[in-house]
Amino acid sequence: MNNTLIIFAVILIIGAFAWYLYNSIIVAKIRVSEALSHIDVQLERRTDLIPNLVEAVKGYAKHERELFEKVTQARANLVSAKGPEEKAEANNQLSKTLKSIFAVAESYPDLKASQNFMELQEELSDTENKIAYARQFYNSNVLNYNAKLQVFPNVLFAKLLNFKEAEFFGATEAEKKPVKVSF
Amino acid sequence: MNIYSAISSNKYKTWLIMLLFVLIITTVVYVFSKALGYGLELAGIALILAGITSIGSYYYSDKIVLATSAAVPIKKSDNPELFRLVENLCIGDGLPMPKIYVINDLSPNAFATGRDPKHAIICVTTGILSLLDKTELEGVIAHELSHIKNFDIRLMGIVAVLVGFIAILANLFTNHLWWGGFGRSRDDRNGNAQMILLLIGIILAILTPVIATLIQLAVARKREFLADASGVLLTRYPEGLASALEKISKDPHSLKTANNATAHLFIINPFKGKDTKKWFTSLFDTHPPVEERIKILRSM
Repeated sequence: MNNTLIIFAVILIIGAFAWYLYNSIIVAKIRVSEALSHIDVQLERRTDLIPNLVEAVKGYAKHERELFEKVTQARANLVSAKGPEEKAEANNQLSKTLKSIFAVAESYPDLKASQNFMELQEELSDTENKIAYARQFYNSNVLNYNAKLQVFPNVLFAKLLNFKEAEFFGATEAEKKPVKVSF
Repeated sequence: MNIYSAISSNKYKTWLIMLLFVLIITTVVYVFSKALGYGLELAGIALILAGITSIGSYYYSDKIVLATSAAVPIKKSDNPELFRLVENLCIGDGLPMPKIYVINDLSPNAFATGRDPKHAIICVTTGILSLLDKTELEGVIAHELSHIKNFDIRLMGIVAVLVGFIAILANLFTNHLWWGGFGRSRDDRNGNAQMILLLIGIILAILTPVIATLIQLAVARKREFLADASGVLLTRYPEGLASALEKISKDPHSLKTANNATAHLFIINPFKGKDTKKWFTSLFDTHPPVEERIKILRSM
């Protein structure tokens, strides 16, 4: 009688612990995917702006065809990219080609002075900032989630339930380490 | 103290303050009605009124604080740079975009209010907008966003309205007591009323240090350090906030619309210069020394 009671209590405790663990991992996982959707919103805004930019530049610099193709290609790559790492890579490529567009614009004073172009430039740089912040938020959530999966005893449950670590979004090595705030 | 324990302790302390407010008001009224020979009705009415005030301040403390500070809301088109800056930092912190208010005052200062991140407001003075450059302003806004994220705003708003309400009353009465507002009148008809006011004054004078302690308890200075640290975690640039604090503290202007009830909301004590030496103000000294905050930021 006493033994069954003890066994029952132990099972109950382990069950409650597993429940708590599972929920906390799921919450962290949801936060990661939510943070990723924040990046996606900004990436989409960026890809939406690019055709307008290309049109604006075309009006002044028709013969830079090669450059336009590059940008369009980079944009298409970003649109079709799957998963955080691929998206981060495609986004970097797009940033590079955009830089060359703005470099070309330097030699067309009329283009540089046009209201439309200036607005687009501002919008794009704002979006770039927002992507940077969204990335920071995403990566800190990934860090939190991955840490949850790696510590003992969570690691046992995580393996058992087949939780996989989340990918960082183009993070530097320093960002992959936790930041300590202490008093 | 990390952010999660900060959030739960803030929520718990909010309820505690609301409860204490109702208790203090009801007790004071009860004692008076007993002494003056009235029945329990007065205490009952006080209980109901204090309860309504308490719950009302939970929902409306932000509006009261904004109104007493003479803050006005602005739209994105009024200051697109400021809006973009706040938007970006919100994305970095995963917070919804707060409303933005501006106080037209030369004194550089800022505060956040509201009851949770979904109903949050960031308020800046025109002085701070013209004094600080972009990275410094970013440091300040990130600090305020941390207050929002930690639910500091809920507790500090309640403290401002409820405790501040009593504190202002007490301040008023003690000043009158000290400078001879009561008891000098020889008019006999008013004698009784004068006596009652005097009594209220004495009670409130006794309560004042208690209230001040309550504020101190609620606004634990650690809160500012925590907001500094988590703000920097967001901007990744401690020097921005450090030099902002330096500039703000060197500025000689006092914020006209700030008072003892709302002082603890601001990023830096809004009373400058000789004001801070008054015993009453120092009783409500809610901010850690700026030099210490700057030193910690620079060592990050």
